[in-house]
Amino acid sequence: MSTGSPKTLFDKIWTDHLVKQRDDGTSLLYIDKHLVHEVTSPQAFEGLKISNRPVRRPSATVAVADHNVPTINRENIKDEQSRIQVQTLANNTKEHGIEYFELTDKRQGIVHIIGPEQGITQPGMTIVCGDSHTSTHGAFGALAFGIGTSEVEHVLATQTIVQKPAKNMRISVNGALPFGVTSKDLILYIIGQIGTAGGNGHVIEYAGSSVQSLSMEARMTICNMSIEAGARAGLISPDQTTFDYLKGRPYAPAEEYWAKALDYWSTLPSDTDAHYDKEIIINSLEIDPMVTWGTSPEDVVSVQGLVPDPSSAKTENKKKSMERSLEYMGLTSGTKITDIKLDKIFIGSCTNGRIEDLRNVAAIVKDKKIADHVEGMIVPGSGLVKKQAEEEGLDIILKDAGFDWREAGCSMCLGMNPDQLKPEERCASTSNRNFEGRQGRGGRTHLMSPELAAASAIKGSIADIREFE
Amino acid sequence: MDKFISLKGVAAPLPIVNIDTDMIIPKQFLKTIKRTGLGISLFYEMRYDHQGQEIKDFILNTSPFNQSKILVAGDNFGCGSSREHAPWSLKDFGITCIISTSFADIFYNNCFQNGILPIVVSPENSKKLMSLAVDQKEFEIDLPSQSISVSGEKIGFEIEEYRKQRLLEGLDDISITMNYEKNITDYESQQKKNKPWIFKDIK
Repeated sequence: MSTGSPKTLFDKIWTDHLVKQRDDGTSLLYIDKHLVHEVTSPQAFEGLKISNRPVRRPSATVAVADHNVPTINRENIKDEQSRIQVQTLANNTKEHGIEYFELTDKRQGIVHIIGPEQGITQPGMTIVCGDSHTSTHGAFGALAFGIGTSEVEHVLATQTIVQKPAKNMRISVNGALPFGVTSKDLILYIIGQIGTAGGNGHVIEYAGSSVQSLSMEARMTICNMSIEAGARAGLISPDQTTFDYLKGRPYAPAEEYWAKALDYWSTLPSDTDAHYDKEIIINSLEIDPMVTWGTSPEDVVSVQGLVPDPSSAKTENKKKSMERSLEYMGLTSGTKITDIKLDKIFIGSCTNGRIEDLRNVAAIVKDKKIADHVEGMIVPGSGLVKKQAEEEGLDIILKDAGFDWREAGCSMCLGMNPDQLKPEERCASTSNRNFEGRQGRGGRTHLMSPELAAASAIKGSIADIREFE
Repeated sequence: MDKFISLKGVAAPLPIVNIDTDMIIPKQFLKTIKRTGLGISLFYEMRYDHQGQEIKDFILNTSPFNQSKILVAGDNFGCGSSREHAPWSLKDFGITCIISTSFADIFYNNCFQNGILPIVVSPENSKKLMSLAVDQKEFEIDLPSQSISVSGEKIGFEIEEYRKQRLLEGLDDISITMNYEKNITDYESQQKKNKPWIFKDIK
């Protein structure tokens, strides 16, 4: 990484945030923006109190409650522990002079939705949050990654983090995405290819004409699930699409700084001939609409595929884990994916809870009804996404189709609030994890795109959007 | 932070791949505002039935493994959510060393913040250690010499020097970083010139 040699986007951001390269081999990296939520921060603030340390730079932190909050009747949170946790965040941010978007604030929402929406997330920044899906912000060409609570405390106290450089990986996807294939299918396909540990120790830069042609919303879906491929972060080069998205947002650089910011952002894309430790090239025509069948995000299959047979596994361990997944999911090898009957549909989360997602769902379910046996829930990613959808009349279309229209939050993506699956309930979900028990103990999750989830809601079983009229 | 130097005892075998942090500590236990008291809920859904009764054949419910300080687990341990509640619950249960072929980045890092030693071994050694764990052999973990000794066999492991030192001395990252306060302040003043829109509040 010497000066003069070609650098990747990651190398450039890293070098630009290096406060000190220490003798023990670690680097002290400056953090431009710290996002804080109610679940992974109380113990960090408690740690500061015990050591009598202040928050070093309160203006570099923004806080919001999202994981734990109900999506209906939220004036008074019934669950005592949840209420205490949300109140603790309000108290801690007040005490330390940190900006906090209250539950009643229209801007409240999932931390990874509101950062970009407010223009807080900007190219070239380092961004951390006590949440693994912080990788979402990489869509703007920001180095963004999840950290543990001890590190949250470290960032609050010092505005820096102790790191070792990650390795560079580039995944290029070339060609137009085929009809019915979305950025969610693209990232699910990638995870299926490289596995949930495929990105360990790496930052993945997504490149190629397919990626460049995507909207910011679609790019965020890709970077969001980088963590499901084991990567420390995901990155996409900032370009005109990025700048157009940011311009005029409340926390974006003001007019007086805009030209200077733009100059800086334009220096960020990887140099030609920059070195990557790992390189993967994908032809967009390989990709079908994808669905998960098991309990790991790498358990993906084309919507036209079959539930796989464990005897096809390459190793004994993998075979055992497939058998365990199939038993948990209540599925039999050889079943057609499109024959899998559903009980619930969840549309939302930091992966797919943005306005574009809701528009796409509304376009599919307009003037139709979801199947009688299916319950459908739509949770906008933020209060502003909800407001925008209502201004466009999407809420009417979605409610007429039979969906429940909720307030913003993480909701059933992780089921910390009352929105959960019951044992053995089967759900088509636009979220990011299909782990055992993730959406509720015994609940069975099939990850997919919002488009597929919408079509599946109407059909009552998993649907191929390409066969949907 | 607690130091980690050496450890002796039986190791609990958990031969499942991709054990995620949701499995280690499910969501309902993340509502706490404390770091302690999570050990009883470790691996909750594998450990207790729907009535909250212990599932008899789950490894950590059986003697002598219910006293294990060491866990031998399948590939890619600790993937998923960044929740530090995962190492907190392991530690509270009494587990301070985990052996696997690989760990997810955030979990791996979180272990060192809590005096837990995650050891990466080759697939061959993992297989060997898994079966020695099943046979209830006594494991001896020694951090200074970076070795696992069991049944007369000694297996070495790699660990970054700075992480080793911090575990051996029980050092806290924040107090070390505080020594670089001047570097941080200098960095901020310099960056204010380059990126004034990010450093408006810095004088």
